[in-house]
Amino acid sequence: MATLHTVNKSPFDSSTFNECLGLAKSGSTVLLFEDGVYAATAGTKPAEAIANADGVTFAVLGPDLKARGVEGKIADGIKVVDYDGFVDLVAEHDKVHAWL
Amino acid sequence: MAKKFMYMNTKAPYGSIYALESLEVVLIGAAFEQDVSLAFIGDGVYQLTKDQSTDGIGMKNFSPTYSALGDYDVNKIYVEKESLEERGLSLDDLQHLTWEDEDEDWAEKDSIRLVSRAELADVIDDQDVVLSF
Amino acid sequence: MARSSQQPERLNSHSLLRQGYRIVKIGIQINEGPYQHQAADSAYQFAKAALGKGHEIFRVFFYHDGVNNATRLAVPPQDDRNITQQWTELQKEHNLDLVVCIAAAQRRGLMDEDEAKRQGKDANNIAEGFRISGLGQLIEAGIECDRLVTFGA
Repeated sequence: MATLHTVNKSPFDSSTFNECLGLAKSGSTVLLFEDGVYAATAGTKPAEAIANADGVTFAVLGPDLKARGVEGKIADGIKVVDYDGFVDLVAEHDKVHAWL
Repeated sequence: MAKKFMYMNTKAPYGSIYALESLEVVLIGAAFEQDVSLAFIGDGVYQLTKDQSTDGIGMKNFSPTYSALGDYDVNKIYVEKESLEERGLSLDDLQHLTWEDEDEDWAEKDSIRLVSRAELADVIDDQDVVLSF
Repeated sequence: MARSSQQPERLNSHSLLRQGYRIVKIGIQINEGPYQHQAADSAYQFAKAALGKGHEIFRVFFYHDGVNNATRLAVPPQDDRNITQQWTELQKEHNLDLVVCIAAAQRRGLMDEDEAKRQGKDANNIAEGFRISGLGQLIEAGIECDRLVTFGA
């Protein structure tokens, strides 16, 4: 089953990002939003973990990046989506797993 | 057709209300006859420790409720091995949760399934709905 | 493309399906109160976008501190969003089912008129557009919906 995982906490503040990566299966997508967008910052350990996550697709919510002033610092290979894109991800996957 | 419902438990008890209120959903949800599983990972494993005594903090000890889950046909309780080990815990530190299998002459069976992270990933992948608290 | 004020039933969903665009029935769970966390805001933005794309929001279920989104008594600063009012307006526009969990509401003092009478309280404080009901409504959403999306902390 293709699952959409959502992570909304900063990887520097909470373990949910790592817990999510530990359980996300190949073929699933992880959407970073709210404070979770910080995991997409280039040159960080979370970004490295993202690069090494085989078979898992990553997306990050643009409006949350913009709000936090970190839009220009995203690592390569992470797709920026807006709320419409968030909705599309929900529709395209079989279920949503929120990491809180 | 019954859906596979997975209740994710990732938070410790008492420090916040998520553990208690998620258990309340499980109990109400039992009446809907879906295919229910619970997963305890990360600090969620602390919810199941034995010997919880809350008089000193003035809060209700709700841990006995876990032992009633078997009576509500909730008997697939997944505990992540790595989360236990990281916290210096073993299965012995957790309540012994059981259920009675009416298909096997009411034989008492263990409800807790100790699984690795990889095994749990497969179990979660198989679910239809994931509830998070 | 559909305007946000159109009900999904009035869309030509057949043509959307032909384009490979799938309409889904979505349940939303909100676990945190207004302003304290971004959960209620994210849920609102998500709900608006989903409705704009022609999906159905089956129910929005407020649990834990999320019940506090339903207070009639909030007076947030005028130069910022009024979260409760946003939900009330979205509910009106799309006939949404906004459900506040009764157990969580009782714990936190969120009452409608009937509950206040029943509990012997001298006031009620629920906002327009929200209704108080049981946890079964959340389970039902999980059963009836194609997708359950949870916003929390």
